[in-house]
Amino acid sequence: MSALGQSLKRIEDRPLVTGAGRFAADERRPGQVYMRVVRSPVAFGRLVGVDIDEAAALPGVRAVWVHADIAHLPPIDFRMTRIPGLDPYRQYVLAKDYVRYVGDPVAVVFADDPYVAEDAAEMVFCDIEEEDACLDATGDPVPFMPQTLPGVLSEPACIVKAYGDLDAAFAGAAHVIELEVKVGRHTGVPLETRGALAVYDAARDVITMYGASKVPHYNRDTIARMLGLPRDHVQLSEGHVGGGFGIRGELYPEDVLVCCAAHALGVPVKWVEDRREHLLAANHSRDQVHRMRAAVNADGFILGLTDVFFTDQGGYVRTHGGTVSDLAAALLPGPYVIPAYRVEGHIRLTNKTPAGTYRAPGRYETTFARERLMDAIAHRLGLDPVEVRKVNLIREDQMPFDRRIDALGTHVVYDSGKYHDLLERTLARLDYPALKARLAARRAAGEKVGMGLAYFVEKSGLGPRDRVTLTVLPDDRIEVVTGVASIGQGVETAMAQICSDVVDLPIQNISVIHGQTERISEGYGAFASRVTVMTGSAVRLASQALRETAFAQAAPLLQTRPDDLDLVGGRVVARSSGAAISLSDLAQQLPEGLTAEGVFEADHMTYPYGIHVAQVKVDPETCGVSVEHYLVAYDVGRAINPMMIDGQIVGAAAQGIGGARLGGFVYDEAGRPFAASFADYLMPTCHEMPTVDVLLREDAPSPLNPLGVKGAGEGGITAVGAAIAAAVDDALGRPGLIDRLPISPNRLHAVMGAGG
Amino acid sequence: MKPAPFEYVRPSSRAEAVAALAAHGDDGKAIAGGQSLVAAMNFRLARPAVLVDLNGALDLDYLRPEGGVLRIGALTRHAAFHRPVVEGPLGVLLARVVRNIAHYPIRQRGTFTGSLAHADPASEWCLVSRTLGAQMVIANVGGERVCAAADFFKGTFTTAIQADDLLVEARLPLMGPNWRSGFFEFSRRAGDFALAMSLAALEIEGGVIRAARLGVGGVADRPLRLEGLEGQLVGQAPSAALFAGIGEAARDLISPTEDIHASADYRRDLIRTVVKRALTQAAS
Repeated sequence: MSALGQSLKRIEDRPLVTGAGRFAADERRPGQVYMRVVRSPVAFGRLVGVDIDEAAALPGVRAVWVHADIAHLPPIDFRMTRIPGLDPYRQYVLAKDYVRYVGDPVAVVFADDPYVAEDAAEMVFCDIEEEDACLDATGDPVPFMPQTLPGVLSEPACIVKAYGDLDAAFAGAAHVIELEVKVGRHTGVPLETRGALAVYDAARDVITMYGASKVPHYNRDTIARMLGLPRDHVQLSEGHVGGGFGIRGELYPEDVLVCCAAHALGVPVKWVEDRREHLLAANHSRDQVHRMRAAVNADGFILGLTDVFFTDQGGYVRTHGGTVSDLAAALLPGPYVIPAYRVEGHIRLTNKTPAGTYRAPGRYETTFARERLMDAIAHRLGLDPVEVRKVNLIREDQMPFDRRIDALGTHVVYDSGKYHDLLERTLARLDYPALKARLAARRAAGEKVGMGLAYFVEKSGLGPRDRVTLTVLPDDRIEVVTGVASIGQGVETAMAQICSDVVDLPIQNISVIHGQTERISEGYGAFASRVTVMTGSAVRLASQALRETAFAQAAPLLQTRPDDLDLVGGRVVARSSGAAISLSDLAQQLPEGLTAEGVFEADHMTYPYGIHVAQVKVDPETCGVSVEHYLVAYDVGRAINPMMIDGQIVGAAAQGIGGARLGGFVYDEAGRPFAASFADYLMPTCHEMPTVDVLLREDAPSPLNPLGVKGAGEGGITAVGAAIAAAVDDALGRPGLIDRLPISPNRLHAVMGAGG
Repeated sequence: MKPAPFEYVRPSSRAEAVAALAAHGDDGKAIAGGQSLVAAMNFRLARPAVLVDLNGALDLDYLRPEGGVLRIGALTRHAAFHRPVVEGPLGVLLARVVRNIAHYPIRQRGTFTGSLAHADPASEWCLVSRTLGAQMVIANVGGERVCAAADFFKGTFTTAIQADDLLVEARLPLMGPNWRSGFFEFSRRAGDFALAMSLAALEIEGGVIRAARLGVGGVADRPLRLEGLEGQLVGQAPSAALFAGIGEAARDLISPTEDIHASADYRRDLIRTVVKRALTQAAS
């Protein structure tokens, strides 16, 4: 039986569940020194000077650096979505002239001991002339660095996308509905904080950085370029990674600093981020305000939609460039036809931690915006929220559906989808009429219970390509070398299942290499739910190429023709004679061994889609919200391992429920963060989690790849905010009450009081 | 998140612990469970020069009823209260409250008197001690003194404990058979510090409240006992209307603190709810 589609146990789990994992902090070398970053205590100000004398004199301190010591390093460049105008806003690895958020690296200390490093870091005095922090991304633009970059303002770019005839849409509208919504500042918060160990091998003149994740090849290339080294003189190596969620593994100042220091000091340099640093310094995300205006006909069909939104980018523009805003602008229309659309996305710098992508970037925010709008339309027209969605959904016969706009440099064409069908299946799973009646009866008895539904389209499988090499090893083993990364999502198992489907060996016999720049010339990493689509397709192509090569080589040995051969249990078998040779034996007979390569290229993304339904109960006296039931319906085209997808979806839903109800970075008026520990940035625990019912569907395989797969990493979070907001509205009988996330009890108390 | 340098001493008795604290004066700090202190040290918010570890002073590890009070020695962990530690209403009350303190692993390590000495305004044990009229036994090299809960809590993280003092014991009065208790707290997540909480204890005989204890925590710089409202409960028959009225009165009585999780207005409304619910549970 093929391994594809089986819920096989993960082959990478044994070290993880037996305490044998090797995470960034587990990497150590004799003679290593510890790096500690001195961070700005203020949100905005002119950096007049840094006094390092006392720190440098502390016994055990090897070096203390400020910007002047590494002035030859350029700012960290963009990895994606390089929009014109962003360049002046890039971050230097140590602050130059100004500090722009609490946590901005100002200096680094290198010491023999992590305690001494922290003692010394405390002694570094930053002389900063504090200025008024800008914390509102929607106000008038303000100077970025007034004295050194005069005229450079806090809006580097405005993304505009449009199609259709909006004038006609609004002229013919029966109703015009306006809505402003806000999504608060959250981030991914992986359990493992960032960390790195850089080792310089003088004999080979190679710097190796352990602790890489997500995009090792990109980061290798960039670090080498920044240090002025040939790219093969820098290598990145990934160990176990305790979660990524978009934020972990981007190139940050600390990665460059450890490599630079290992080279300059000639000793291994280790850095492990603490949680406070993590919450101040690793990318934040979300934090958008949307102002929408919809022209709607009498049936609730949206004739035209405009949106003006603001992304709070924080202190600098980091590696993602304009990615989040670009995705938000392109994917706001979601699963609906919307014949005319115009969006204007303002990227705004503020004095908060720089922002990047976090699981479902741009889609979480715009799904909240769009689905709140759908609910507002339903309320205005007196329609059931489900009916309004049905009226607007793209029909199956309209697929593939050309959205007539671009996202991340690719043309947005929804490749496949049965949107109405998934909605019907979801309603059937819920027993929707009975559920509505049950909730109405409970409300009549005085309980504040309600449900909310939200529809969304995800995107996945970003190219440009992925390369994979297969090598047949002795003992019926195969090695798959990829250029992706494993951030915990089950890459090894999924790739092994795809390879196993062709070579017909157990997945335990297939080793999957990832995150090692030394092993493969190119790699595009793990983000944008791309791995199974891109790398998986390359594995399939490589596996098929291996089979063809094996058949060609084995045919003369088995005295038959290649088209007489089968691959069964890792053995090439002649159908006519039954003669057979294992792949391992065949490889040993070939002077070059038995290898194959697969390259998969894609210039379009695939678009999975799904529905979230939340059922909540509000305690009107405490303003506490408990989620009683949660459903995620999701069509991934084809499921390689349903159990792992279930895990992705449930985990993402937990993150989303946490973010929607608990989390949030808030600041005082001077820009000092209130939430710099887990006491104040609240993560969901099992106590806050309902059972999540996952309705996993494979009704609309992607025509864009040989497996038919679409990514599954993000759809569990995309619509959580929207669904819970709708459910709270419903529970309280107050349509439109929730217009921002998170829905904290404090916030709920304030808005409940406002309307009586 | 590494603490500033400190010295560490581990006395093996109460007397040695008191002597160690006296020797180091303002520089010394006692540690028992360390569930608050170690975090504060790692953030370098607390920088004791000398840590005096009580965990070797086994003569501080006791928990027994004696002379009409429950004597709680300084090494008594929260987890000791998971099951009633004395017969009668007090053991039930403590077992009801303890499950609201943080999470299971923390309760295995943190101590009752450590919570009192730390004096977090949202500490359940501080509320219990204040509401029930605990006596704190404070020792130093000169001897020991007993301090009433009303005089012990001075403000956020501030108590009557002086630099060379050690809180060696807390004494809770035992409760007669007709006492019943109720406790309710609201927090963002299970195990978080309460945004507001209330403890109620009622002595009910013949359908009438004969005596009452009522306290509120997490809303001011220290736990509050609402003695005026206790008086309004005495002589009344328990009823929903009575408890709602007391909740309203509590709400109007207190000017609560505010933070990022709760505005003063929100906390005021929470006070009404937690008081009403604690009283309702006590009478049920």
